[in-house]
Parts: sequence; structure tokens; C-alpha cells
Amino acid sequence: MAPVIEITGLTKTYKSGLQALKPIDLTIGKGEIFALLGPNGAGKTTLISITCGIVTPTAGTVTADGHDIQKDYRAARSKIGLVPQELTTDAFETVLATVSFSRGLFGRAPNPAFIEQLLRDLSLWDKRNDKLRTLSGGMKRRVMIAKALSHEPDILFLDEPTAGVDVELRRDMWNLVRGLRDKGVTIILTTHYIEEAEEMADRVGVILKGELILVEQTATLMKKLGKKTLTLNLQEPLAAVPPELAEWSPTLKAEGNELEYVFDSNLEKTGVPSLLRRLSDLGIAFKDLHTSQSSLEDIFVSLVHKDRAGDRTGAAA
Amino acid sequence: MNSLTFNGHGVWAIYKFEMARALRTVWQSIVTPVITTALYFVVFGSAIGSRMTEIDGVPYGAFIVPGLIMLSLFTQSIFNASFGIYFPKFTGTIYELLSAPVSPLEIVIAYVGAAATKSAVLGLIILATAALFVPLRILHPIEMLAFLILISTTFSLFGFIIGIWADGFEQLQMIPMLVVTPLTFLGGSFYSIDMLPPVWRTITLFNPVVYLISGFRWTFYGSGDVGIGVSLAATLGFLFVCLAVVSWIFRTGYRLKN
Repeated sequence: MAPVIEITGLTKTYKSGLQALKPIDLTIGKGEIFALLGPNGAGKTTLISITCGIVTPTAGTVTADGHDIQKDYRAARSKIGLVPQELTTDAFETVLATVSFSRGLFGRAPNPAFIEQLLRDLSLWDKRNDKLRTLSGGMKRRVMIAKALSHEPDILFLDEPTAGVDVELRRDMWNLVRGLRDKGVTIILTTHYIEEAEEMADRVGVILKGELILVEQTATLMKKLGKKTLTLNLQEPLAAVPPELAEWSPTLKAEGNELEYVFDSNLEKTGVPSLLRRLSDLGIAFKDLHTSQSSLEDIFVSLVHKDRAGDRTGAAA
Repeated sequence: MNSLTFNGHGVWAIYKFEMARALRTVWQSIVTPVITTALYFVVFGSAIGSRMTEIDGVPYGAFIVPGLIMLSLFTQSIFNASFGIYFPKFTGTIYELLSAPVSPLEIVIAYVGAAATKSAVLGLIILATAALFVPLRILHPIEMLAFLILISTTFSLFGFIIGIWADGFEQLQMIPMLVVTPLTFLGGSFYSIDMLPPVWRTITLFNPVVYLISGFRWTFYGSGDVGIGVSLAATLGFLFVCLAVVSWIFRTGYRLKN
């Protein structure tokens, strides 16, 4: 796959002294859907903002389709469309006017037929003469996408496209992204949601505290992240884990009142039914049970720990 | 797609956007300044002016016309241009401008061009309004138009700088209210500085606005407080200072980019 975005040694330290990005190297291929995962404040938006020209990098280079984003910013930026995280629109403009404005701003000659098709695809055509301030949040989000696509970019950045979006719009958004990919558009999106990355992305990058700690094919990552925890609230507290349960290696929590079992939800045999059968054979009764997926943040933390532990073993060896 | 050398579509898009904003707010951008100026003519031109002597052979009501037009040009150019660039910063829509393939020069041409167009048009409307109240003659109409456009452009640039610098609406108002308006009032809008005692006359000559008003008045009546050459040099000097500051802003990304 030919690279379309190449990031080399990119760092950003804000004037406040906050180091938002540690040296980042990342290559994104043409036509790829790349998801950038990470908790709030991890540096996702900074990375996107630098690539789009809104924030000046401290060091390093970024190229878009071979054009340096600083030296050759005209060529680079005309390839890129950006849907920012926040809904910022000109309240008094109409949908059609604001989308046409964006096309012109990005140096494209007017093309009413293209704009009409774009607005129809985003279910905005009926609202084309409405003022933006009269639109709902979901509709505004659609307008921002239309603005970003108005100049027919080859690369689209979606910064948390589905934050605070209803189910229908989320589904529309996913369809839109797939449709764009079929046309050869490269898409980079950020998200908090693992499911979203799983559903849409070819590849996932995990960013934490300004560090790109992992870049992986989605399928591979999902296997790693598919751990779930089963928690049983016991009727009677246990002093120790009975040896009969050793093959599941559960742990006791809350002074023996809770039994926890971590399993891989991707496996055919999770071990949950057999564990419950064994418990009933042993006469261990429970009041309640629930399963939970570790939060993304927990997973990040565990990834980082693993990373550090790996470094140490590496050093020891 | 070819690499752009000048983003004409981009400049035009911003220019149209800014002009549309003025038409949406026609009360604020045209009607209010016209009414305000008309009030000056009624009070100073007709009511008080009829008891004043002529200045340099010009009736007082007519004498104040160039100064009043300048007052509106200064405040409206600054207001239009500063608001035009400040508002996107305030609402956050500036992200689009910063991520667009437009050069700093194109951004300035579009915003300052639109603001200057608006205030030049407003200046002509005020001139037409004045003609209803006082007898007017314009000795050098071409130079008058040139001065009108030059001043509109210069103060729109100045306003653009204020809009980028401003961190809140208060700062946006501060320079026009606290600096430009007093300097204009004291810069010979309503009197010839020859009427002042010698000491004050010398002090007044440090007020840059004197040169602008004097030059504009020269295009009407063929005489001013200072020579037309000096006026022109002062205006161009201010224009170049503003241009230098704007180019510095874009070179450093001051208050625009992190």
C-alpha cells in the first residue's frame, strides 16, 4: 500500500510546557481506515491538528500525499478534509452557503451538482436553506462532514465523529466512511470506543500521554483486548480459592465475598459455563453475577505496564 | 489537482462571506453610522454651525464633513475588520481557515478587502447624507476617492491586527473607543488646528490623525492644516506599519496557532 500520510519524529510541546506529543513516527497507507484510540488528553487531537495545519509542530515532519505540510502547505492542505471534534458553525449561515464557502476556501471552483449530491448523501438537502443555528446537534455534525468533504479531499480526518451522536447517525457515519473508502479516500478517525475501531478500522494506533504505544491490525488488537472479567457475589465469603477451581485460576476480592474470573471473550470456550457448573457441584452459592469488559483506559494502562515490564526483561537479559 | 499558486476561489469565498455578513446586519453596519453622522450635521452643522464663522473660506457645516467621514471610516474599518477575524476565533470556526490552503496574504486580502469595501461604501453614503444638510464642493474628486480607499484599507488592516490581538469583546472595543475616537476628536475633525494656541498646536501635530483628516479635507477644499504631501506620507507610513505587523503575526502565528 502506497503511503499517503508519513509522520516522522513529530513532537509538540505547548507553551505551557505540556508535552502533548513525544516523538511520533507513523505511516498511513492510501485507502486505509486508521483509528487512533486513546483517552482524553492523550494527544489525538494535537496529532490531527498538526497534520491539518492548525497547530505548529515543535519538531519533526509530516507529509500528506508526498507534500510537506509546512513547506508545501497549499498542496498538502487541499488534499485534506477535517471534521473537528467540536461543533463550531457559523450560526447565521445557511447549510448550502456554508458548504459552498468551504469548497471555495479550499480553492475549488463552484460545482453545484457535486454539492447537491453531497448534501443529499448526508440527508441535508431538504435543510439546505435552513440557518445553522436552527439545526440539531446531529444535523450540525452532518454539516461539518459536508464542509470537510466539499472540496473532494483524498484524506479525511474525523476527530471523534460519533461522540454524543445517536444510533442512527452513528450507523450513517459508518456507512459514509465505508462509501468513502470504496472511492479510495484515506480516513483517519479518533475514538474512545473500541467497538467503533473494531467495526470500521483496518488498523488501530493506541496513543497514551503523547506516545504512540502500539500500532496493530485491528483483528490482531481485538484478540489482545478481548479480555472480560466475570464477577460473582458470593452468598458466603470464602477464605481461599478451593483447589477444585484451580484450572480457572480465579481470584478472591472484597474479603472473600467476590470471586473474579478473567476470560477471553474471543474464544469458542470461555470457561464460564463450566466454572458455574463446578461451583454448583461444590455447593458454592452466589447472589449475583456480572461480566465486564475492561475499560479502554484500563487496557491502555495494562499495555503500558506490559511495555515497561517488557523493557525491563529485555534489559535484564 | 494542480498545485495552487494563488487561491482566488478562497479569497472570493471569504470576501463574499464577509460582505454577506454586512448585508445581514445592515442596521448595525450602515443605518446606525448614517444616523449618528446625520445627528452631528444637525447639531454642529445646522444648529451651532450657523453661528460659527467660516474657516478658510468654508462654512463651518461643510468644514466638518471630511472630519466626520474620517471618524466613521476609522471606527467602521476597525470594527468591521476586527470583528470579522475575531468572531471566528471566538466561535472556533477559525479551524477551517487555518486548515485551508490559503496563504496569509490571501487571508489579509480577503478580510481587509471586504472591511475596506464596506467602510468606503459607508463613507460615500455619509457623504451623500451630508450633501442633504450642508452645501458641499469637492475640488479633487479623484484624490478624494483615492484617500477614502487608502484610509479604509489602512484602518481595516489596523482593525485586523486588533481582531487577532483581542482576547475578548472588551479588548475589541478598547482601541477604537479609547484611542481612535479621542484622537479623531482632537485631530481637527471639528476645528482647524490653526485655531488652537501655539503650544497646543505643536502638541496636536504629534497626533497622527491630524495628517489624515487634513489630507482628506484638502481633497474637498484645497487647503488643510498640513501640506497634502505630508498627509499622504503619514497615511502611507501608517499603512506600512500595519503591513509589517500583519506579516509578523503570520510569520510567528501570534494568537492564531499554538
